[in-house]
Amino acid sequence: MRPAAFLVALSLLAVPVMAQEPAAPPDRPLPDAAQEARAQGLFEVVRCVVCQHESVADSPAGIAGDMRRLIREEIAGGATDQAIKDDLVRRYGDYVLFTPPMRTGTWLLWFGPALLVLAGGAALIAFLRRCPAATAPLSPDEERRLADLLQSETVRPDPDASPPHDGR
Amino acid sequence: MIVEFGAFALILALVLSVLQTGLATAGRVRRSPLLAGGADGAAIATAFALMLAFAALIFAFVVSDFSVENVARNSHTDKPMLYKVSAAWGSHEGSLVLWCGVMAVFGALLARARGLPFGLKTSAVATQGALTALFLAFAVFTSNPFVRIEDAPVQGNSLNPLLQDPALALHPPLLYFGYVGFSVTFSLAVAALIEGRAFSGFWPAWGRWVRPWALASWMFLTLGITLGSFWAYYELGWGGWWFWDPVENASFMPWLAGTALLHSAVVTERRGALAGWTVFLALLAFSFSMLGAFLVRSGVLTSVHAFAVDPERGLMLLGILAVAAGSAFALFAWRAPQLKGGGLFAPVSREGALVLNNLFLTVAAATVLLGTLYPLILEAATGETISVGPPYFALTFTPLMLVAFIILPAGPLLAWKRGDAVGAMQRLAVAGGIAIACGFAAWLAFEPKKALTAAGIAIGAWLIAGALAEVVERIRLFRAPMAEALRRARGLPLGAWGMTLAHAGLGVFVLGAVAETSFKLESAEALPIGGSVIAGPWKATLTDVEIVEGPNYLAERGVVTVTSVDGRATPRTVTSERRFFPAGGQTTTEVGLDFRGLDDVYVVMGERRATPEGERAWTVRIYHNPWARLIFLGPAIMALGGVLSLMDRRLRLAMPGRRKQAAA
Repeated sequence: MRPAAFLVALSLLAVPVMAQEPAAPPDRPLPDAAQEARAQGLFEVVRCVVCQHESVADSPAGIAGDMRRLIREEIAGGATDQAIKDDLVRRYGDYVLFTPPMRTGTWLLWFGPALLVLAGGAALIAFLRRCPAATAPLSPDEERRLADLLQSETVRPDPDASPPHDGR
Repeated sequence: MIVEFGAFALILALVLSVLQTGLATAGRVRRSPLLAGGADGAAIATAFALMLAFAALIFAFVVSDFSVENVARNSHTDKPMLYKVSAAWGSHEGSLVLWCGVMAVFGALLARARGLPFGLKTSAVATQGALTALFLAFAVFTSNPFVRIEDAPVQGNSLNPLLQDPALALHPPLLYFGYVGFSVTFSLAVAALIEGRAFSGFWPAWGRWVRPWALASWMFLTLGITLGSFWAYYELGWGGWWFWDPVENASFMPWLAGTALLHSAVVTERRGALAGWTVFLALLAFSFSMLGAFLVRSGVLTSVHAFAVDPERGLMLLGILAVAAGSAFALFAWRAPQLKGGGLFAPVSREGALVLNNLFLTVAAATVLLGTLYPLILEAATGETISVGPPYFALTFTPLMLVAFIILPAGPLLAWKRGDAVGAMQRLAVAGGIAIACGFAAWLAFEPKKALTAAGIAIGAWLIAGALAEVVERIRLFRAPMAEALRRARGLPLGAWGMTLAHAGLGVFVLGAVAETSFKLESAEALPIGGSVIAGPWKATLTDVEIVEGPNYLAERGVVTVTSVDGRATPRTVTSERRFFPAGGQTTTEVGLDFRGLDDVYVVMGERRATPEGERAWTVRIYHNPWARLIFLGPAIMALGGVLSLMDRRLRLAMPGRRKQAAA
């Protein structure tokens, strides 16, 4: 890179810095440690509204800084976490919280996984009921396959093929 | 000239893959080994043509041929050589060629695989060829990276500086070997559905053929995701490593499905059971890969990792997904009722444990799918916008996994067909004791005290101790004489060691993730030279700031000395940079990482600003990330377990046993 270009680039590097200096004060943690911990907890679940899937805790964007300051101010003003979240939702919509709201439209989202576990579990029980494996002796087909398998493992017997740890 | 040659090779590959499909289909229908052999040849030729095309693309990037539109948009003469090369797969078009290339290479390997029966192999080669042809047609007709522009610019646009990083140069190829590797299991599953139960003992044999491909893809995907996560950790500059970002989810869904497939294929191989389910998972894993490709490349998602692509091409990808996955699942719905699984088993058995594992892994994958697609569907349907982020997954995904982790160590200790639950529990008593002790110790040792964290540590320790307990049990350590235990240890198949490593690696990851999430400390201050900032036990002092000129950037480099607050640790110096890339006008941060045992001290240089007294100062952030090393070490151990299992004699592609049998 030539010196002239270097200077231009150097000035470019400095421009945003100088432009920002009066405007964006750095994050000032709240003096009360418990309140600051609450603020940090909220930052994690509040989405930066101009960013791509980043929480305001993570985002370097200016608006994320503003939102952090707003949350700290409200905490210092004595608002509860829920009141702050409600206030943010009023300003920016549901989108601003990483926790989706619970209402008719999101019912499937919240309970879908639990329903799937239940449905899967029920299907599983039905499946196991159907096969009475308890004392079924080997069918001729199974006997043949067992012989096959034993024959194909010529180097050493497969430890998995026989029930393990039945030395007793 | 070489660029035109590359474009020609790309089109040739498309023709060859169509030929592969046609010849294999004809060969299968007419039962002609000659035609099938031709299809194998076409598969290998496709792979070579795509390698040539990819080499030509890399060449265009290496020589910075800006008359090629893709090079002009993604490269720059000042970029270091590594990033000129990696820019070849840094854009949508280039990475699509890589995707097709990997698919064709896997297709060629499939064509060379020995020991598969004629019908199954020919059908699989035909399916693999059709998949390759679909994606190649998409590349050639809509996303050709070799397109020239009329007036070549003097300089290129450069690659997004965030992507100019060694980890990210390697991340896409690894990831694609994982994603696309599942295309082979997909093809083998389609072939199995077409062929049906071709002979007695078909399903155990099919399980054995599918496992190495699933294992290799899983291993590459594990490494690729880990590398991407590590990149996010040190490059994005706020110490996070997993954000439940939709694109991360897109790579995680095939991983979960692939992990379920690995486990259920074991059941199919050993016992011939769950055949239909294993086939389903084999189809699902690659369908998730294709869904991921659609999500990332269509512009429906906003993400740091997404390619900016017009919706029209996104629609075509959706079409490809619908055609490939749709027809495969239709075939499955038609043929699945005829799939009769083999061996029966009691609820408490190795099979039973693996089935439970599958239940949890597939529901976990479905949860990730739900969380990723729900906001899109809801917005399309009602116009409401919601965000689904970490708190949602902490309430749905994490409990599922915790239950699965608690059951996990018991699985390998249960016998096939019918296990002894009490016996397994007795054998795990020591591991359970260790886990509870670890949890209790963690509860006592760490401040602030968190019951959930202690439980998380206990589960991590449970996974590791449980995995080791299984080995101890198998080699009869402490019960038989030492020499006997060693002999047994040598006799254990590599696959058993691979499984132990993979399960223990998961435990290592859980320990790291729990400790990092619970006890991460952060602080930031505007520091003048000589000022310092404290996070937990560590103190960072800004000793110097210098201006550095990189190959294609300018940087302010902060030299930071890290010492412990109590002064006992040796001070170490790290540098963190704030880089400005004039080519794109972007700024990035280079994090300074000080490795302290398992912990990371993570230093980020911020903007220049003034202290209240008007001195020159820089914002310096410091994070204390306890046990952060384990987060990346764990998956690396898991991948190593995959490598060991792949080396297992029993999983070699050729089936020596069968051949010997035929000879006898």
